[in-house]
Amino acid sequence: MEKIPILKMGPFLLVTIQVDLYDRLALSLEADLVQMVNKTNAKGVLIDISAVSIVDSFMGRIFGNIAGMCKILDAETVVVGMQPAVAITLIELGLPLTGVHTALDVEKGMKLLTEKVNIDTDGDEPEDDDNNPV
Amino acid sequence: MEYNIPKLLQKKRKTIIELWIKNQLSEAGLREELISNEEIRQQSEELVDSFVSNLTNENINDVYSTDFEGVIEILSGISITRARQGFTPRETGAFIFGLKEALLQLLQQEIKDDKEVLYNATLQLNRLLDSFSIVTFETFIKGREEVILRQTDEITEISTPVIRVWDGILALPIIGTLDSARTQVVMENLLQEIVETGSSIAILDISGVPAVDSLVAQHLIKTVSATRLMGAECIISGIRPEIAQTIVHLGIDLSNIITKATLASALKFSFQSLKLEVKKVQSVKAVV
Amino acid sequence: MRIFNDQDVVPFRNRVKECAVRIKMGLVNQTKLITAASELGRNMLKYGKGGETLIEIVTRGRDNGVRLTFKDNGPGIADISLAMKDGYSTGRSLGLGLPGARRLVNEFDIKSEPGKGTTIVVIKWANG
Repeated sequence: MEKIPILKMGPFLLVTIQVDLYDRLALSLEADLVQMVNKTNAKGVLIDISAVSIVDSFMGRIFGNIAGMCKILDAETVVVGMQPAVAITLIELGLPLTGVHTALDVEKGMKLLTEKVNIDTDGDEPEDDDNNPV
Repeated sequence: MEYNIPKLLQKKRKTIIELWIKNQLSEAGLREELISNEEIRQQSEELVDSFVSNLTNENINDVYSTDFEGVIEILSGISITRARQGFTPRETGAFIFGLKEALLQLLQQEIKDDKEVLYNATLQLNRLLDSFSIVTFETFIKGREEVILRQTDEITEISTPVIRVWDGILALPIIGTLDSARTQVVMENLLQEIVETGSSIAILDISGVPAVDSLVAQHLIKTVSATRLMGAECIISGIRPEIAQTIVHLGIDLSNIITKATLASALKFSFQSLKLEVKKVQSVKAVV
Repeated sequence: MRIFNDQDVVPFRNRVKECAVRIKMGLVNQTKLITAASELGRNMLKYGKGGETLIEIVTRGRDNGVRLTFKDNGPGIADISLAMKDGYSTGRSLGLGLPGARRLVNEFDIKSEPGKGTTIVVIKWANG
């Protein structure tokens, strides 16, 4: 069965989804990712969906799940590179993905993650503003 | 004396054209600025030629006969161009009724002795020409509709410009009512521009929106949420006091959205979140 | 096209996309249609144990559109208006499938009889 590769980059995990997701693949990604976060003690997860042409309610839920699970394991999740058409569709579907951080591209996502992780380690007041642009 | 109406009309082709053109030119509201006399003559000749040469004793009673396809085509062409040129329906109608008038005048001149033949021929031609008039109006309206459709498209295109006010800051002034079709265009343009410029802040200025009801507010919220999904922040600015009043009275919750009264304060806020500072340059007195 | 397992949904989505491209549907509308197709396909799989789908191109005046038909022989839906409500689900999902799909298309028609199965027909116009 195909699998989506998970790359480790320093304290972060990088996932680039290049294929059309179907439900079982998305579920296995969720399980693998959580395993990896636990094993590598990663501080952040970056999911690049710039090549994904559709996200429906199931996959939206998977992203939400991943963010929630990683949060419990003390890692931040950022979804980057969502296409405009996908964003419009998700909103119309009624799925604003609250609780998932987003960024325009991998670079901005990395910056956001670094900032979030730094804030946490510095022990500053944790910034709760999910959508504050960097 | 036996009359063959189609033959008669064919023979008198010239007279019909002359009569018709005279009718058209004597029309009080002739629009010389829109159409020249030569053009009228050319259009009239083409139409009469096609009509009389296709008319036979068989199809004179059959308005749906396929023989008239050519005539209808010419007629449609003329009335569509007239609709685009801005002729009024009355003027376009007068054009085709002028032909009927001309034909009936001719019949009266030619058939003097036999009232019954005259009556029948008049009736037949009347019916044919009426059907042509209907076609004229159908295509005239279709022409107008096309103009309207094109303008609607143009308005949607024009009215949603996305402006790059700063590196990483986009502004989108919305003018006019926001319906769902408009929202979709606005959203598409905005999100596309965000991707292209890599901007992280978008300012939606609604100073030009006449009223905000719950539907418009919902559209605004959707646009903001979609921008956030892309990874950018969306600020709504240009909220007039009356609009703030209606929003609260309607019980619309905008607390999750950053709202600013003016575009200037939205811009200031954007500078802050991008950690930019704009200051007045102190005039440097020759230090060198 | 038949949908009987997870992986069938991917080629089905691709076919829908081909049709949408053929009638020159805009990218956003394409995405909405495919997402709706994906939602309805999953529903059929999950609650109706798979079924038949039909993709057609339809015309209305100057406008073209894609019509999708989903037909299953599953248990059916007892209360359609309840199923169409946001957040209602008999499974453990978000309950956005049916109401969400309805928002993504122009025309939505659902017929269901408990014990006999469910048929859903949706249309998305190219300029809708």
